[in-house]
Amino acid sequence: MAAVQTLEKRVMLEMLRRMLLIRRFEEQVVRLVERGEIVGAAHSYIGEEAVAVGACLALREDDYMTGNHRSHGHPIAKGGQVKKAMAELFGKRTGLCKGKGGSMHLADFSVGILGESGILGSSIPTAVGAALGSKLQGNDRVAVAFFGDGASNEGAFHESINLAAIWKLPVIFLCENNQYAVTSSFKVMVSTENISDRATAYNIPGVLVDGQDVMAMYEVVSHAVARARAGQGPSLVEGRTYRYFDHSLGLGRIVRAPYRTEEELEQWKQRDPITIHTELLLSQGIATQAEIDQMEAQETQEIEDAVEFARQSPYPDPSELFEDMFANPIPLE
Amino acid sequence: MVQTQVQARPITMTQALNEAMREEMRRDERVFILGEDIQSGVYGASGGLAAEFGKERVRDCPLSENAFFGAAVGAAAVGMRPIVESAFCFAWVAMDSLVSQAAKMRYMFGGQVNLPIVYRLSLYYGGSMAAHHSDRAHPIFMHIPGFKVVFASNAYDAKGLLKTAIREDDPVIFCEDRTVLGARADVPEEEYLIPFGVADIKREGSDVTVVAIGGMVPRALQAAEQLDEEGIAVEVVDPRTLVPLDKQTILASVAKTGRLVTVDMAHKTCSAASEIAALVAMEGFWSLQAPIQRLGTANVHIPFSPALESLVYPTAETIAKAVKATLE
Repeated sequence: MAAVQTLEKRVMLEMLRRMLLIRRFEEQVVRLVERGEIVGAAHSYIGEEAVAVGACLALREDDYMTGNHRSHGHPIAKGGQVKKAMAELFGKRTGLCKGKGGSMHLADFSVGILGESGILGSSIPTAVGAALGSKLQGNDRVAVAFFGDGASNEGAFHESINLAAIWKLPVIFLCENNQYAVTSSFKVMVSTENISDRATAYNIPGVLVDGQDVMAMYEVVSHAVARARAGQGPSLVEGRTYRYFDHSLGLGRIVRAPYRTEEELEQWKQRDPITIHTELLLSQGIATQAEIDQMEAQETQEIEDAVEFARQSPYPDPSELFEDMFANPIPLE
Repeated sequence: MVQTQVQARPITMTQALNEAMREEMRRDERVFILGEDIQSGVYGASGGLAAEFGKERVRDCPLSENAFFGAAVGAAAVGMRPIVESAFCFAWVAMDSLVSQAAKMRYMFGGQVNLPIVYRLSLYYGGSMAAHHSDRAHPIFMHIPGFKVVFASNAYDAKGLLKTAIREDDPVIFCEDRTVLGARADVPEEEYLIPFGVADIKREGSDVTVVAIGGMVPRALQAAEQLDEEGIAVEVVDPRTLVPLDKQTILASVAKTGRLVTVDMAHKTCSAASEIAALVAMEGFWSLQAPIQRLGTANVHIPFSPALESLVYPTAETIAKAVKATLE
């Protein structure tokens, strides 16, 4: 790939670092959910890391993103605070959202993470609005909306693309097609062969990318970002990817009929995004195995520290129940 | 209620809303409007604003309410101050953006973001618009935490409340009752703001308290006028904002009169009238000398035929009857 030669080594290493950070984070979440230390629903991003990391590294820190229910990876990819993300999953007051949001509602406005929505497709108009804000304020910040194949069937997706297209807003609609909405295949639920094909209806570019290839994601999203910054309007990018776990952790126990095969899962695991990128770094001489091992150890430690931070953190005080409802508070009971 | 202003002119509520937006858009360039057909101003209140502020700040939107109600959230989250112009009947298709995003975002994200958005929503009713276009959904937004809910009954209040709403850092549902949009009231030339959470006593009286909102206020005043001739002194309280609700003024009035009628153009069940009745039952019970009368729209859909529609809403006559019931 042409980009390999020109891309800074620093960025290519950062891709691996952030993917590893997400993987380790999510592996810990699996354990913590099993142990009951994390309660509620948790949706694993393992297998899809290259999509968020490739896309977010194509952004600046002051660009915006919105996420969805399966969004532990996006804040990490965007440079959000990992310890606070873990503490949020624990429901602790040191969490990103002071324990009021949890797994499906991470937000870190300090780095443009405008929050995640558990109602799918619902945060896409938010990203469009942020992009409208950029346009009205005369700055060149772009917004990326991350959503899945399932959400591409929501009205909010279609309304939002049309709105962004007619106003030429700097927004990238980033569909992470992990191929299943809970147990429903996009091949059954989507009328076009590719979700990116839907861009044609809105007269904007639509690009299908190998979502396991972080370099490809970075290259395509960089191009979409450049277009957006130049005032040329929105793009739809489909990263074709796969989730290794079921829709939510523990759901496998209650799924009565198999919706995908072991063979399919194994085939996708052969195309693991971290393995693909690690091999690239080694084969291109960008990193040695020793350097990669060291990076892995570092990221593993960072996540262990985050878990410990979360464990040790206090729960919110009952007095915080009524806080944060309004900027200009009113009596609540 | 009588406002003693030096330079006051009688203008309609539509004109008052237009003035409020014009003044706030001049004052703060972050304020902009999203809505359907607002550049042409066919619905009145936004008329002429595009000519002064341009099409970037007075943005005509496609029929995609969920997208532009939600885009207002995103724009507010990055520092803009959007006004959305629409109607309750169209808000249904935007409920996801309203409920899942506008209402919940600040709390869910631990107070990281302020959302200064005004959703200006019209209530069309009483005009043979039939079931789809006659919705009066303000109680639903009282029920969902996260909104401030404003309900003006006249041009003076509308202007002062809308200016406050535009400067508010929280999402506001601003109810515009089309039965009173054309009514004139004296509105001063000078700038003024009306704070949220301050009810206004539209008429003083010592026998029975009537709490009414929006277009129900003139009907309550008409009933009070009729009853005055029979020697019954009715006090008419207009909360002006339903969230926050000025409990003190309502409870103080009931403490004086001992009798309460609540009037709402929403369906009776779970209406603003129900909520105010519950408040007084809980916190003003020992003041009451008679059961509370709660008036609202019959729990049927709004029929098209004027012969039927005229039966469903509270009127001056039904209000007067309810007042008398508290005196029996």
